[in-house]
Order: sequence, then C-alpha cells, then structure tokens
Amino acid sequence: MPLFLVILLLSGCRQPDRSLPILSKAHNENGVMVYEQIPDFSFIGQDSNLVTNATFAGKAYVADFFFTSCPTICPVMARNMLTIYERFQDSTKLLLLSHTIDPRRDSVARLAQYARNLGVRSDKWFFVTGNKDELYEIADDYFNVVIEDPTLPAGFDHSGRFVLVDPQRHIRAYCQGTDSLAVKKFIEDIETLLDEI
Amino acid sequence: MRSKIVLILFSLSFFLFTCESKPHRQGEILYLNFCANCHMDDGSGLAGNIPPLAQSDYVAQNQEQLACIIRYGMEGPIVVNGKTYQNPMAGIPELSEFEIANVINYINQAWGNDHGYVPLKEIRNSLEECKR
Repeated sequence: MPLFLVILLLSGCRQPDRSLPILSKAHNENGVMVYEQIPDFSFIGQDSNLVTNATFAGKAYVADFFFTSCPTICPVMARNMLTIYERFQDSTKLLLLSHTIDPRRDSVARLAQYARNLGVRSDKWFFVTGNKDELYEIADDYFNVVIEDPTLPAGFDHSGRFVLVDPQRHIRAYCQGTDSLAVKKFIEDIETLLDEI
Repeated sequence: MRSKIVLILFSLSFFLFTCESKPHRQGEILYLNFCANCHMDDGSGLAGNIPPLAQSDYVAQNQEQLACIIRYGMEGPIVVNGKTYQNPMAGIPELSEFEIANVINYINQAWGNDHGYVPLKEIRNSLEECKR
C-alpha cells in the first residue's frame, strides 16, 4: 500500500506533456472530433492595409478587443500586450492583433497614432477596424463578449481576454488581459506553442 | 505575564510600523480605484498614450492644477517629460475635495515622488478658481 502511494505521488510529480490543448468549440462528425476554426475575416489595419487570415498564415497570434478612448480595462491590457510584444519582438512565429470595438471613433488614423505612440512595429502588432457587426461577431469566436451599453461611461461593456491562436486557426490558450500574473503564465503557453511551430 | 507584555509591545510596534509605512492609505485606495486603470499601479502611464505620474515634470510643476484636472478632466495636448500626449482624460466628479486632497498627497509621495504636502485649504482654493 505505501509503495502504491509513493508511485502515485511520483507520477503526480512527473512533468506533464507540455503541449497545449485545443480549446476551440468542437463537434462530432462521424465519430471524429472537428474543432471550429477562427472564421474568415477582413479588416483594415493601421497602415490602411487589408488584414485577413492570410496575414497570419503559418504563424501564431494573440488577439484582443479594445478601443483607444477606453477609460477602464484597456490601458492595463495594452501594457500587458506590450509586455508580450517586447518578449516576442524578434520571433518570426508570433504576431499580435488588436481589434477596436469602437469603429466609429477609432479611425485608421487614430489607430495608427495609438500604435505609433506605443512605439510598436505595424508588421508585428496589427490594430484593426472594420464593419462593426463583423467585429462584434468575431469577438465571440475569440471567447470575448462585446456589448454596447450607453449607461457606462465609455459606452461599451467588453471582456479583456487575450486569446492565442495557432496556424490552424485553433484557440490554444487564453487569459484575462488585465491580470499580469495570468499574462505571465500565458507567455509560457505562447512559448510552448511556438516550440511546436 | 512578562511574555504577555512583550507580546503586546511587539504587536503595538508592528501596528505603529504599518501605520507609518502607509501614510496615505485612503489616497492609495482611491488612486487604485479611480486612477490606476490608466496611469497604472506604479504611476508609469501607458507608453506614448497616457502620461506618467511617477517622476513626471508636469506633476512637479503644476501642483496647483492637479485638483482641477482630477475633478474636471483635461483635453488637448500636454507635454510630459518631453513627450506630447493627446488623449483626453475624463474628470472624476464623484470625488470630494477631501478625497481629491488624499489622492494628490498619495501621488506626491508615491513611487519615489517627493512633491511635498498639499493642505486641504490649497485644494479648496484651486477648486474654487476652476469651478464650473
């Protein structure tokens, strides 16, 4: 019996296989699990360029949702995204994608200014705007909720999740973008995924 | 009995010590609730978009403006430590003058800042001048 316990303990301590699970929604198709992919999208980036799925072909990327005049969670999210940007600045395998949820005010020029102020490269961290319904719909695919709420000071209610997408367009990890500890763990997840690519 | 006294003295010194190390407790709580979202817990702001309050020449040179900025917000470009910032700041009308004083005195001594103590009377005067 004690031996059994020791074995149990030891096996509990064993390093787990460090491969990230696929977290995307799945359905059963004739006995095979099929994971949903991030759908096709087409938005406009801060250089007035088209940003589509093809922009991220063969790469992993971190996606989030924000707006430049957001007085609540966005600045902290942006700072944590900046930490991720700086950590993976020299990696060719990872890109960043921030969607505005306020396309009325966040023009391309305004997003360009915001990105320039942050001092980030426009071929590494994309700030996109586009059709509002499409932005709000795709937020759902990235495990984020965006609701317009005129009773709030800034007019929007939204979740601040960072989502990690792999080259197969599957979600492999996510975290609360306002929580620096969670983001630290998330960075480890990104490293794990990049080792796979 | 003796150990009891030691224990009491110890707790008392601990209590005094914690009081001393947190002289701006209410200001800190208010700062974390109302300001830290944008200016960050450590007063560093957000690169290029939101100016810092820590080691900021603007905070040092515009002490008499701070109360009005907190109450009514601010628009238009400002230059902080040589960098221009454009994003408007919303005012926080729900803070009383007393609370504003506590926030300012927290900011003035936090993160290595040392801008002295601003008495409530001065805050009142500033707010009277920018009253809307």
